[in-house]
Amino acid sequence: MWWNRSSVPLLLALLTMPCAASEEGFDWTDVLFLRTHNTWVVVLSTAALGVAAGMVGSFLLLRKRSLMGDALSHATLPGIGIAFAVMSVAGGDAKCLPGLLLGATVSGVLGLLVMLGIGRTTRLRDDVAMGLVLSVFFGLGVAVLGMVQRLPDAAGLESFIYGKPASIVLADFHWIVSLAGIVTVVSVLLFKEFKLLCFDDGFASSQGWPVLVLDVLLLGMVTAVTVIGLQAVGLILIIAFLITPPAAARFWTDHLPTMALLSAVIGGISGWLGASISALTPDLPAGGVIVVVAAAVFLLSMFLAPARGVIGRWLRHARLRQKIGRQHLLRGAYEILEVDQSRSGAPDNHAFPRGELQGKRTWTPRELGRILRREARRGHIEELADGRLRLTEEGFGEAARITRNHRLWEMYLVTHADIAPSHVDRDADMVEHVLEADLVQRLEAALRKQGAWVPQPRSPHRI
Amino acid sequence: MKTLIRNMSPRGDAADEDLSGHPSDIPLAVHDLTVAYHRKPVIWDVDLDIPEGKLVGIVGPNGAGKSTLMKACLDLIPKTSGEVAIYGKSYRSQRRMVGYVPQRESVDWDFPVSALDVVAMGTYRQLGWLRPVGRKQKRQAMEALEQVGIGHLAKRQIRQLSGGQQQRVFLARALAQDAKVYFMDEPFAAVDAATEEAIVRLLRTLNERGKTCLVVHHDLATVSSYFDWLVLLNMRVVASGPTKEVFTAANLEKTYGGHLSLIDDALRALRNVVE
Repeated sequence: MWWNRSSVPLLLALLTMPCAASEEGFDWTDVLFLRTHNTWVVVLSTAALGVAAGMVGSFLLLRKRSLMGDALSHATLPGIGIAFAVMSVAGGDAKCLPGLLLGATVSGVLGLLVMLGIGRTTRLRDDVAMGLVLSVFFGLGVAVLGMVQRLPDAAGLESFIYGKPASIVLADFHWIVSLAGIVTVVSVLLFKEFKLLCFDDGFASSQGWPVLVLDVLLLGMVTAVTVIGLQAVGLILIIAFLITPPAAARFWTDHLPTMALLSAVIGGISGWLGASISALTPDLPAGGVIVVVAAAVFLLSMFLAPARGVIGRWLRHARLRQKIGRQHLLRGAYEILEVDQSRSGAPDNHAFPRGELQGKRTWTPRELGRILRREARRGHIEELADGRLRLTEEGFGEAARITRNHRLWEMYLVTHADIAPSHVDRDADMVEHVLEADLVQRLEAALRKQGAWVPQPRSPHRI
Repeated sequence: MKTLIRNMSPRGDAADEDLSGHPSDIPLAVHDLTVAYHRKPVIWDVDLDIPEGKLVGIVGPNGAGKSTLMKACLDLIPKTSGEVAIYGKSYRSQRRMVGYVPQRESVDWDFPVSALDVVAMGTYRQLGWLRPVGRKQKRQAMEALEQVGIGHLAKRQIRQLSGGQQQRVFLARALAQDAKVYFMDEPFAAVDAATEEAIVRLLRTLNERGKTCLVVHHDLATVSSYFDWLVLLNMRVVASGPTKEVFTAANLEKTYGGHLSLIDDALRALRNVVE
């Protein structure tokens, strides 16, 4: 054994050394009342934490391990209490941060191992293992904290639960920034490995990548972020700091490096803004403010992001619906003209009663009215004084073009896909609205090769 | 420490444990392989010798253990007993000889990567730890994509691909691995006609280059036109050998026996082939 009873106090002394050193340089009142450089110490360390959390969080999210991260952070609490008790009994600075963080890490890793162990050795599902570890470890932690309350100096320990960035001092800042830096650098270095792990762990394993080692590494970094975030946001809220930035970033991009970078930026900004707001208004607890800022970014992203955002998707949907309505209206009108003129060749444009158009499709009068008004605004159709409808010149041309696309597609389905002419109308309906010019040309080419080509094909079914 | 390093090596060039008595010219030799989930055996005492350069179909009813056999060969699930040799040595030391195409549903396709990114994953092993994908790997991945006929979709996010195109991305990733034996888990499942054609063409090309392909397959009607070697599996190996000899009514009945509705399908398929 390389260690023995006498080496324990030495180890503790080593751990408490940075704390002792930090007390020399500056005045405690300044620190407590955020008067001087402590403001930037707090803000910068929270921002650094945000960057690391956003980076690691991206992989945690894509690995679908968000809840495991939550269980992990809750599992740190008993370690904090026990580390405090041990250091207090050993006579060192009982609230020395590195010592408490070491305790948190040990107990977090223990919780993680219990989680993995339950998953591997029993038939219980993952969510049960996570729920168990989360609640049992947290309960244990609360109990331990209750017991150590009687020890001297114990006040403020529970700030690790909800976070209290005002308690971050320069020595803590060094710890937080260097650990956050290490976590960020490791995420960048192992980007390719984590990408593979998150996308396809089976393939990774078949290639010989040690999936378990990578998973442990990833969760180890989550532990590191949790531990350095204990002071800033606390162990209950840290999961929001890990998950919200990447979830927000995901709305903006389909490119993983961009997503991770964006997530780190969002995390950093949330930390920065949250800590600043809370420093300016002492009544607001920073942990909550930081999470609220991150959540605001998330909500903005969820609605405003063009590619995957709610509003963008809704707009695209509405536009497609409008387009379909317009095409149905114009084709309906064109087919009415066609039937009237079926004997004398190409149809010419003339007025027709609204009722006929109403009968073309299963649209309600209100729906039809709405589409008609929109098309009238576009100058495609006009309502005459006697209530009848007539296509404008432009509308007539557009209607001929739309009808032609529809017929081309129908012909193609009949000749190339063996679909019965009586069924072809509806199938064609689905696709033609998204026909691009290039596809229309290919359709024409295919039909011409078949000898089925006509400038304006007749409908293969009864109109 | 030595074992740790070996376990962490993604290149598969680790020191070898010798498997006794397996000839080194046989791409896949399975000996007495049993795999059990929670004490219930899924495959039982499987013995196989697959000769080099064959297109091998692995066929059997649902739950026959086809995917399990494949995963056990690739060390993806623990073996209860038995051993598997790739060219005479354990899989661990022969990884670079093996390309793997998992089932399409095994991953989340709403993942923020492009088709090219996924294919490039096939080159990660030759890259090893920390080194990022470079120009050479990108070119390799692009060539693989072009081989399966979807080079023009390289930049597409994978969610925007059709099911067949996604399957081809997986095949291209295995091609980028540049292996000698390919394990493909149901590549023909729910793909369009164009993709099926592309996969068959690819299998033929690989075969001409002397590669061995093991393919988990479902459609009995196409078995004899796609594969020249057949493994009929239902927990045990019912038969293994050249398709012409193995694909018989008696063998099919043994494989699919008990699955009454399937027997008819199987026999009908056989009749189609004979006629």
